[in-house]
Amino acid sequence: MTWLLALILLPLVGAAVVAGLRGNDRLATLTALGFSLATLLLVVPLWAGYEPAGDRMQQTSSIEWIPQFGIHFAFGIDGIALVMIAVIALLVPLVIGVLGVTDKLPEGRSAGGYLSLLLVQQSLTIGVFAATDVFLFYVLFEVMLIPMYFLIGAYGGPNRQYAAVKFFLYSFLGGLIMLASVIGSYVLAADELGEGTFDWATLVSVVSEAPLSTQVWLFLGFFLAFAVKAPLVPLHTWLPDAAGQAPIGVAVVLVGVLDKVGTFGFLRYCLPMFPAASVELAPLVLTLAVAGVLYGSVLAAGQQDMKRFIAYVSIAHFGFIALGIFAFTAQAQVGSVTYMVNHSLATGMLILVVGMVIARGGSSTISDYGGMAKLTPLLGGMMLLAGLATLALPGTNAFISEFLVLLGAFETRPVFAVLAVLGMVLAAVYVLWLYQRVMQGPVRGDALVGAGGGPGAVQAPETGARKAVRDTSRRELAVLAPLVVLIIGLGLYPKPVVDVVTPSVEATLSAVQEGDER
Amino acid sequence: MFGAQVTALSPPSVDYTAMLPVLIVLGAAAVGVLLEAFVPRHLRWSVQVTVSLVALAGAGIALGAYVPGAPAQGVTTMVDTLAIDAPALFLWGTLLALSFVALLFIAERTVEPGGAFVSQAALRGAAGAGGSVSTREPETTGGRDGAAPADGARGMQTEIFPLTLFALGGMMTFVAANDLLTMFIALEVLSLPLYLMCGLARRRRLLSQESAVKYFLLGAFASAFFLYGLALLYGYAGSVRLGDIATAAAGSDRSDTLLFAGFGLLVVGLLFKGSVGPFHAWTPDVYQGAPTSVTGFMAACTKVAAFGAMLRVLYVGFEGVSWEWRGILWAVAIVSMAVGAVLGLTQRDVKRMIAYSSIAHAGFLVIGVMTLSDSGLAATMFYLLAYGFTTLAAFAVVSLVRDADGEATDLSSWAGLAKRSPLIAGVFTFLLLALAGIPLTSGFVGKFVVFSAALGEGLAPLVVLALVFSAVAAFYYLRVVVVMYFSEPAAGGASVTVPGAFTTVTIAAGTIVTLLLGIYPGFALEWAGAGGFAF
Repeated sequence: MTWLLALILLPLVGAAVVAGLRGNDRLATLTALGFSLATLLLVVPLWAGYEPAGDRMQQTSSIEWIPQFGIHFAFGIDGIALVMIAVIALLVPLVIGVLGVTDKLPEGRSAGGYLSLLLVQQSLTIGVFAATDVFLFYVLFEVMLIPMYFLIGAYGGPNRQYAAVKFFLYSFLGGLIMLASVIGSYVLAADELGEGTFDWATLVSVVSEAPLSTQVWLFLGFFLAFAVKAPLVPLHTWLPDAAGQAPIGVAVVLVGVLDKVGTFGFLRYCLPMFPAASVELAPLVLTLAVAGVLYGSVLAAGQQDMKRFIAYVSIAHFGFIALGIFAFTAQAQVGSVTYMVNHSLATGMLILVVGMVIARGGSSTISDYGGMAKLTPLLGGMMLLAGLATLALPGTNAFISEFLVLLGAFETRPVFAVLAVLGMVLAAVYVLWLYQRVMQGPVRGDALVGAGGGPGAVQAPETGARKAVRDTSRRELAVLAPLVVLIIGLGLYPKPVVDVVTPSVEATLSAVQEGDER
Repeated sequence: MFGAQVTALSPPSVDYTAMLPVLIVLGAAAVGVLLEAFVPRHLRWSVQVTVSLVALAGAGIALGAYVPGAPAQGVTTMVDTLAIDAPALFLWGTLLALSFVALLFIAERTVEPGGAFVSQAALRGAAGAGGSVSTREPETTGGRDGAAPADGARGMQTEIFPLTLFALGGMMTFVAANDLLTMFIALEVLSLPLYLMCGLARRRRLLSQESAVKYFLLGAFASAFFLYGLALLYGYAGSVRLGDIATAAAGSDRSDTLLFAGFGLLVVGLLFKGSVGPFHAWTPDVYQGAPTSVTGFMAACTKVAAFGAMLRVLYVGFEGVSWEWRGILWAVAIVSMAVGAVLGLTQRDVKRMIAYSSIAHAGFLVIGVMTLSDSGLAATMFYLLAYGFTTLAAFAVVSLVRDADGEATDLSSWAGLAKRSPLIAGVFTFLLLALAGIPLTSGFVGKFVVFSAALGEGLAPLVVLALVFSAVAAFYYLRVVVVMYFSEPAAGGASVTVPGAFTTVTIAAGTIVTLLLGIYPGFALEWAGAGGFAF
């Protein structure tokens, strides 16, 4: 058994164990934390064993599944999959760490069910990144929706039913249209080779030689599914609802990792399988991408709700990632892949910090807060750091990615690159404005100031009675610490990630160029 | 002179080993009728259940024993009226397995005290019961000559068992019929018992009887269409054998009007039985009104029979002229999917919702039938197997959710069901996901194989439409999940009755097969793809 398989199976075992511990929330949380930390540990040998200069797919394993259609349980990773797997393995223990402190489940719901679903989600997501059989990828891509549907629908905010159904239907419809393309590629390969297969490498070699018109149709099927997932304007409307209603931990996993399946899909499926169509339709995708950057930025600035704010920020960032991918230069694509990692870390931290703010004030409306840094200076600092990473300040991890994307895109697509730069400027505006409204100025807002005040409330005549608000607890700091270290560490020294992903990106890019020349 | 005629009238050769499963089923049905007449009332239920189950198991064993040695190209027997080939054997196996499970569900009598069937309206209370208004009826039932109440509560109307077996025998003949006249007789043998069975519900009598009458009237029309089509085709080809019709259609200068008019009328009859839109109008009413276990039997087995026959008719008889009728089936498939998916959205009753879902599924099946390829044949038959078990288990779950007035099929009374019975809610969710076609369920594999066969034959636009309608239909499946899991329990809502052993087996079997075919479909696909039609 490869490390990779162990990494997929361990969370599933954990989920089964935790599901049995419904009666005891504390024990369930500790057990789930144990399993998720063990999963994180498994990433170490996986990463250490990965040779960037080696084969395209490593840690491969394959078991026959449905022989009639040449379907296998086939897993393997390239550099891009590796870093995404590492990210989810890191985020899940953090998310479990805040359960009960930052994240409170609705009345009457046990932690066991929630954690079990979360671990299943982790396993399926790792599987999606690791699948090297296109059918298996599709299966996991769709099944992945179910735990998330229940996580949002059963544990989310007041409008959770609507958000969960909307999330599910958007993704399911996208997935079904992808299914048509998956089967289409299979039929194409079956005609060409005489016997059908879903093996990724074989399909790439056959389908990439298909005529442009065929490629365009098949490309659109895949593209639509991925564009829903990594929400590109105008298919993004589910994300603000889903992220806004989901519990904080679930929002971290959803925005941080699940949505990256979309951009990952562009790189792994759309580009190598349909190179000619990718080049042909690049202007369309780039238009959507830049529209996403600008639209997301403007709407983010206008949000009243902090969680929806983050969703729109993410939509803008996904625009950047798509821009880098479809600019077809090595720099831009490396920038996009590292952006996928860095966005997960920065946005993950921002969601967690916002969750901590909401847990203290009991409201997610921005105008209910003001001057909170006076009460909770440490939390204020954390929010500032997460915000600066989000706006890609030099010295934080996202800066290098965003810089590479824009630099690479400017070479081939100067107009789109220049428009996207506006997004960087807007980012500074909306992030700092949020920070200013929530943390700076006099203490104000219904969430922080109330007539009654709590025990130990300080009387401040000009602003009314401040409620007792504690600063970040040790547990919360422990959760944020790894993110802080990585955000600053990767900001100063991004080489480990860049080195791992560069060969995979170059392989993808050369496949596109070869295919396009044919 | 007479001597020559006598030799010509020698009895036809009958391949008894090949036909044994059908003979066992029909024989047991006949025995069941006699038992009904001679066995004392208090013993009837146990005797009938035993006889029926043993007969089905025996037929299954006979089939299992025959299959390994069966000739690969199939045999025709009874003067070529029956073709027992690979598809027929697969469909027989499917029908036997489904009816075994359905029969257990029908035999259940702990969920509804005394069983779900009565032969006549109770003496009191039923007069005012109409539409969806339900009236709690006295427990004494079937006491024609004033049987003791205890007796009435213990025994249920046991005619249902021979009726089920007759219907099953008809279905098995239907899918193996090699000529249209045999097919018509099989159609009647399978339909008449079903009409009766629909009207036997213990509760909501008027709804049940209305459904029986509706089904009978529309079904009689459909049979008439079938018969008229048969007559026209006989006029065209001079034979009712499918093979002869194909030969005639391939090379003759006879009037195409007869051929296509005959074909059209014939297919209407078949589409009606398969509840394919636009011939679906009876489906929601009958599915809702019939006793739930009968609905389950009907939804699973009738669909197998109807589509099995449709496959044979189109593949054997009309493949050569497919360019003439494909366009019509395009339209039929689209209408069926659209009706099932869109009208399903408006339903508030769980049984009606599953009925509309079955109409949508019929549309997907039509796509499989239209491919006219070996892979399409295997795909359609796999789909029938998968869908049958899923829908049967789904109806079995529906029968458990009850309030004081019997089954609570209105969606509002299902609110918060997951809190009270997480297991049943979980199973039902799984079955709904299978109906929606989520991967790792048999429903997904079925869709996948049908759609890949269709794409291989260049039906891409139809496949894309089918996928879009799948997404639309997913909305109403999800709505049930939302109601069960995310809504607060309604006051006075339904509760889940503890199922008896029989229903438990039905639900477990349906769920396990749905999961098994979703995760490891290889073996069933291999059986389904074993060979083509003989004629």
